[in-house]
Amino acid sequence: MKQYCDVLIIGAGPAGLCAASVFVNTNVQVIVLERDPFLGGQLLKQTHMFFGSKEQYAGTRGFEISNILQESVLQANNIHFFKDTVAAGYYPEDGFMLALEQDQKLHHIYFKKVIVATGASEKALIFENNDMPGIFGAGAVQTLMNMYGVAPGKEVIMVGSGNIGLIVSYQLLQAGVPVKCIIEAAPVVGGYFVHAAKIRRMQVPILLQTTVRKAFGKQSLEGIEMVSLDENWQEIPGTERIESCDTLCLAVGLSPLSELLSHMQCETKYVPALGGSVALRNQRMQCTNKDVYIAGDVAGIEEASSAMLEGYIAGVSIAEDLQIATPEHMTLLQKSSQFLQSMRSGPMGEKICSGLQKVEESNV
Amino acid sequence: MYKNTGYLSPQEYSSLMPEEERFNKGPVAIIECPECIPCNPCQQACARGAIQRFQNITDLPVINFDLCNGCGNCIAVCPGLAIYVIEKNYSPTTSLIKIPYEMLPIPTKNDPCDILSRDGSVIGKGTVVKVQKYSFNPKARVLWIEIPKELFKEARNVRMVKE
Repeated sequence: MKQYCDVLIIGAGPAGLCAASVFVNTNVQVIVLERDPFLGGQLLKQTHMFFGSKEQYAGTRGFEISNILQESVLQANNIHFFKDTVAAGYYPEDGFMLALEQDQKLHHIYFKKVIVATGASEKALIFENNDMPGIFGAGAVQTLMNMYGVAPGKEVIMVGSGNIGLIVSYQLLQAGVPVKCIIEAAPVVGGYFVHAAKIRRMQVPILLQTTVRKAFGKQSLEGIEMVSLDENWQEIPGTERIESCDTLCLAVGLSPLSELLSHMQCETKYVPALGGSVALRNQRMQCTNKDVYIAGDVAGIEEASSAMLEGYIAGVSIAEDLQIATPEHMTLLQKSSQFLQSMRSGPMGEKICSGLQKVEESNV
Repeated sequence: MYKNTGYLSPQEYSSLMPEEERFNKGPVAIIECPECIPCNPCQQACARGAIQRFQNITDLPVINFDLCNGCGNCIAVCPGLAIYVIEKNYSPTTSLIKIPYEMLPIPTKNDPCDILSRDGSVIGKGTVVKVQKYSFNPKARVLWIEIPKELFKEARNVRMVKE
């Protein structure tokens, strides 16, 4: 079926919802595609209170933020949501985005501008038997536990001490599932101190310079072999040891889902500090294909708070292109840019800023 | 160093606490937030202006212990669960700590508990004196725990004792 819109938004997570909210009370026809049967993206799995400032819902839990963001956009009759719908590919010769609804209905979506807010996928770790039942990505554990109320197992070992590893460990403890330990290949805890402190004072050890060598079990996971690493990240012979567990949770990073951007001839670059291949863009979040904008983790792995701000920036930039931007829009743009800059200031923002320097080109 | 352990050493947490004299004057908030993360609700929650105004959202929270009265509003808004209150002289032999608590079941008054230090070691026994709720954050719970006085700087968490 052919569908026509002014603005196509791909992904209804924090970035996509905020981008869509820019077009409330306008005549701009917006289509939002969401792969899941519900809106909110990763926010729905976040049971912890958010950081940031009041304007970014600091102190509010992620799933509640999702409800707040949905309120205004769901009532707007110029914004159309296609849930359970995958953006499968862009066909440049015909100029449409192919979307598959509920595995059965095909749509050809024609648009003037598009915001790609597809988010990220989880990175995997290579070790023997890493496909064994009982080995999960942290996102899957959160989905099972926080959305469907299912405990993933009885005894968990977490791999990775970044914020996701620390937060999901805490959520497992909240759900009554013991976390045996967190193992981390680096010589320091990766995530925020405050997240680490919460699980440390609940008796969960963090084993630094340690990684998983192999998993074993008859039908499903029964334990892992761990090994210590030296300062060059090489295994130290003789330090191998066995730990029993029925669940291994991998929280070893995210990678931007930028394939659709390549379909649309946006120039991309591999930037490790941003998690993988990301599109070059200007400060307005506009890519080298001028009709394409990005927001959220697809633009570089960061946080939900920054995804929301980038969503507003991309939305207002398109409103400007379409010449419908109001003074309120411009205030929102200015505030969002300021907040984003302020969030990234300080030592914790150094990595993301160093990555952004490589993709934010003045000539884009 | 907390980046290698995930918890503050006695030297690190002592540097975030007031002088002995201030502890003797009444309850006071301790903020264990040593990294410049983008977060500021504590500063906005303090009605007495005891938490210095931030110039930038990544500023570290700085508390003026003389303005703080230990009300605990900041505990309930802190997303990092980094703030708690110490009342050293709760009774001649006991102190009180007010700590955020996000586990189920929600404890009730007079429940016994183990006292845990920052690294999770069990260091003593305590009792729930009150479970405080806040109108501005209805789901937040702050536990008031009576503890042996000698543990007042070391105590940082509880583990409820199952019956």
